Amino acid sequence: MGNTHSFRADKLFSGYDNKTIIQGIDLEIPKNKISVIIGANGCGKSTLLKTIAKLIKPSEGDVTLDGKAINKYPPKQLARILGVLPQSPVVPEGITVADLVGRGRFPHQSLFSGWSKKDYEAVEEAMDFMNITEFANLDIDELSGGQRQRVWIAMALAQQTDILLLDEPTTFLDITYQVEILDLLTSLNEKYGTTIVMVLHDINLSARYADYIFALHKGELVAEGKPSDIITSDLVKSIFDLNCVVIQDPISDTPLVIPKGRYHVKS
Amino acid sequence: MNSTTDSKKKQLDLHLPKHFTLILVIAIILLIVSIVSSLMLGARVVSYQELMDGLFYTNQDSYGANVVRKRISRTVFSLCCGVALGIAGVLMQAVTRNPLADPSILGVNTGATLFVVIGITLFNITTAGEYIWLALIGASITAVFVFGIGSMGRGGATPIKLLLAGAATSAALSSLVTAIIIPSAYAQDQFRFWQVGSVGSGNWDSIKIFLPFLIVGLLIAFISAPALNALALGDDVATSLGVRPGILRAFAIIAGVVLCGAATALAGPIGFIGLLATHAMRFVIGPDLRFLIPMSALAGAIILTFSDVVGRLIASPGELEVGILTAFIGAPILIILAKKSKVRSL
Repeated sequence: MGNTHSFRADKLFSGYDNKTIIQGIDLEIPKNKISVIIGANGCGKSTLLKTIAKLIKPSEGDVTLDGKAINKYPPKQLARILGVLPQSPVVPEGITVADLVGRGRFPHQSLFSGWSKKDYEAVEEAMDFMNITEFANLDIDELSGGQRQRVWIAMALAQQTDILLLDEPTTFLDITYQVEILDLLTSLNEKYGTTIVMVLHDINLSARYADYIFALHKGELVAEGKPSDIITSDLVKSIFDLNCVVIQDPISDTPLVIPKGRYHVKS
Repeated sequence: MNSTTDSKKKQLDLHLPKHFTLILVIAIILLIVSIVSSLMLGARVVSYQELMDGLFYTNQDSYGANVVRKRISRTVFSLCCGVALGIAGVLMQAVTRNPLADPSILGVNTGATLFVVIGITLFNITTAGEYIWLALIGASITAVFVFGIGSMGRGGATPIKLLLAGAATSAALSSLVTAIIIPSAYAQDQFRFWQVGSVGSGNWDSIKIFLPFLIVGLLIAFISAPALNALALGDDVATSLGVRPGILRAFAIIAGVVLCGAATALAGPIGFIGLLATHAMRFVIGPDLRFLIPMSALAGAIILTFSDVVGRLIASPGELEVGILTAFIGAPILIILAKKSKVRSL
């Protein structure tokens, strides 16, 4: 499986309230791959993701999907191709897992169609894929942070989009759950060929799970490519201002960044 | 095989709230009880025979039968007001994403009141047909104003900005209302009865004026329910699901304004119905607006009609206006809710 959508940004400037954060970025999202945007705090990685997700309007430049600007699409049509999981979604009081996941079907339903068989199947499949079927009737409040994040991803899966954007899907989770979420996203990418773009904080997990990396510094794209091609101590120095040694990850053979501070350095 | 059919069935049930059928049946029974008691009870308690005569035998001209006939229009009017206020409450809560919102929170009630007062003092307006337009204009201008202020700055119309703008506007408009009526004894008299809120003045004419507004408001509410469900997950999630939050909010607020403005014009400001109805229903069926909107309409009708009956009974042979009663029941419940509710979006 796979999709052939071309998804790109050209000469993109964007930000909040006249403060431009993204300073002229050109990028093309690799099809059927997992891309990760990395960079220091405040470098604009979330802003970039939100801009290509249509959550922020660019001040200049275009985000285009299959050659057409994303704001030219009817919103529901776009929502059937491009799914977004923002950083802090709101949980309505007393909502059950199944209800929340089901709300991901909104772009597939019309005014009078109601719930079709396809909708139920998509919801079941998404819950099954994220291993949350057993929680279907529980209140979201009864779940742990990791389970809750799986519910949100299931909602985005129920949307059945070819492209999925996630803003820091592993933040605030224990390491166990971070790995679990990234594994699930990888199997999603393998099973359906979903193009995934996400912002991650952890550079080592990024290097391991990403097929492709976009490295940002002060709103500009300073490097892009396969992790093993671009992650070097020079790159880490320039975007994080951190001295480090890059070795090979013994588990995955991907680059592993070992930071070097002022203390605990053997002589 | 058996287990897959079982799990299929379980999944299908998931999208109907738990015990929904049971709750619907109970609500309908309560509705019928409220209607029957509204027809039978009051300063003059009628018998079952008189009720039947009044309802079905137009040739029966006993005193009791006539009392029942008079109470029919009052009951229908109170049902309409309850439905309108119940739905206006759900819509306002959905739009502001705040479980404590009520039309009065956005200043909509006060805006309607101000314009009615201006009409009474400056233009000597006294009929319901004229009140309703003034109230709607007042409610709309207030909503646009509050929405405008609330949308300024970063992030558009966020729930908290809307609430702050609504509270500030409401306070300013209330003082204007007071300033206008204080110098005029005539306006004070006219205003006094209208201001407490009563369905006793309801007759077939006011129902006829009310109906078109009620239908428009109901239609918008039902059509926007699935999109409002998406909005409940936050503006960003809603946008990514294909909703335009700004346009959706505008439509839902228009429906809320029309429903609440029309009810306010005809019955006077009746507070807390939206809050009570929505909370009672959210407590038993959960937050899915496709069910919450119609069920809150039902609950609003039941609560308002029962309150009206209670008002007639405790002050018999006179009556206590329903607006006073709902405030008495509603205010403590609002405080309880505010204390225990985690107002998460704030």
